[in-house]
Amino acid sequence: MTIGVDVRAPPSLLPLDLDRVEFAAGSRRIIQGLSVTLDAGPRSVILGPNGAGKSVLLRLCHGLLEPTAGTIAWNSPELPGGARRQAMVFQRPVLLRRTVLGNVMYALKLARVPRGEREERAREALRKVGLDAQADHAARVLSGGEQQRLALARVWALRPEVLFLDEPTASLDTGATHEIEKVILALHAAGTKIVMVTHNLGQAHRLGDEILFLHQGRLVERAPADRFLKHPASLEAASFLEGELPW
Amino acid sequence: MDPVAEAGTQALALVVTADPKLVGIVLLSLRISLAAVVFGCLIGLPLGAAIAVNEFRGRRAVIVILNGLMGLPSVVVGLVVYLLLSRAGPLGALGILFTPTAMVIAQTILITPTIAALSRQIVADAWQEYREQLRSLGETRLGAATTLLWDLRFSLVTIVLAGFGRAASEVGAVMIVGGNIDGVTRVMTTTIALETSKGDLPLALGLGIILLSIVLALNAGAYVVKETAQRRYG
Repeated sequence: MTIGVDVRAPPSLLPLDLDRVEFAAGSRRIIQGLSVTLDAGPRSVILGPNGAGKSVLLRLCHGLLEPTAGTIAWNSPELPGGARRQAMVFQRPVLLRRTVLGNVMYALKLARVPRGEREERAREALRKVGLDAQADHAARVLSGGEQQRLALARVWALRPEVLFLDEPTASLDTGATHEIEKVILALHAAGTKIVMVTHNLGQAHRLGDEILFLHQGRLVERAPADRFLKHPASLEAASFLEGELPW
Repeated sequence: MDPVAEAGTQALALVVTADPKLVGIVLLSLRISLAAVVFGCLIGLPLGAAIAVNEFRGRRAVIVILNGLMGLPSVVVGLVVYLLLSRAGPLGALGILFTPTAMVIAQTILITPTIAALSRQIVADAWQEYREQLRSLGETRLGAATTLLWDLRFSLVTIVLAGFGRAASEVGAVMIVGGNIDGVTRVMTTTIALETSKGDLPLALGLGIILLSIVLALNAGAYVVKETAQRRYG
């Protein structure tokens, strides 16, 4: 009997387990005793007021920062020096002075994708975000929305198991935001776990299956998006939702 | 006719008729300074980028020293290279003192700190912006240094030219290690110095005009390259 599973495929990265994680910059404690488990599947949206530690939490999970205490453990960690299996999209994408295609190919090179496969994979990713016609344009002269879509194509080509997004639409207009949200939903449909920070409650509603609410470096509440947005359980979340404008 | 005006006219005639002696001196100068720039870039650009993206003990001291070496007096470089290459010196056996090779070595030593210090500054500024993104994509520090050098290529052109300008216009180092031998190691700057003291103003002035034109033309070229590239690549 044959089983349709590649036995050489490494076990899933997820769940990601954070255990009493602390992060301090100087004397400022940014993340305090945060424990949470992120499972494969639902789109997790992190909400919270400014300075709650949302972006730092993403960077800790992604590995850009080291916790000052506590542990962050993947189910099956990435191999040191190996290709990355999780990716991140930043608020302002940093693109290289190369073509649109060249930017995606660069990421594939770092991911150790064989040279012969890179271009096809890069073009496929560009098609998915609707940038295939601009493949040979210079990346840095694209509009803000296009640059962010290119950043998404760059991570899509890597086929990550987990994608962290740090306010990816914060500096974009509604049209561009809508395009980005479509791509994020498509990435999720293709099997990537989404963990996203946003300030935009409408976006949290549209994209979030569950909400993680951070306040002063602590995880105050975790709930399905619908319930959280309508009936927050904590006082902090209630006053946050009251203060935030719903778009 | 006023002697300066007369010298000027004769100088222009030398330039316009492409006087063979003058052409020989110009070509030798260009060969030596271009070689020095190539070696200076091969050492200085990776060095500057490596210092920019790495954290290590004594990094600040290295940066201060490197910046200080930008003001390295060319006669001191000439003297040190002279001592190294002179017959009694540690590299005397090579027998390259008073050859163009010695001049290339001296000019390389002179401009490498400039290229390294200026490229470090440019790469360090960009590293602030690129750092998280490159690390996120799994780039190593060595890889980041090369990626940044390539990404900043249009800004670095200016540095390369600054290096060339310094090499082509210095006189102290090449005078000492080259010896200003007619037809062998005589370059534009040493000829200007010599001919001026001899009172042969037309040749000195003609070379001065050419030297100035080359430096101006290169800088104009660099400016155009940078502007065009910035518009095209952002």
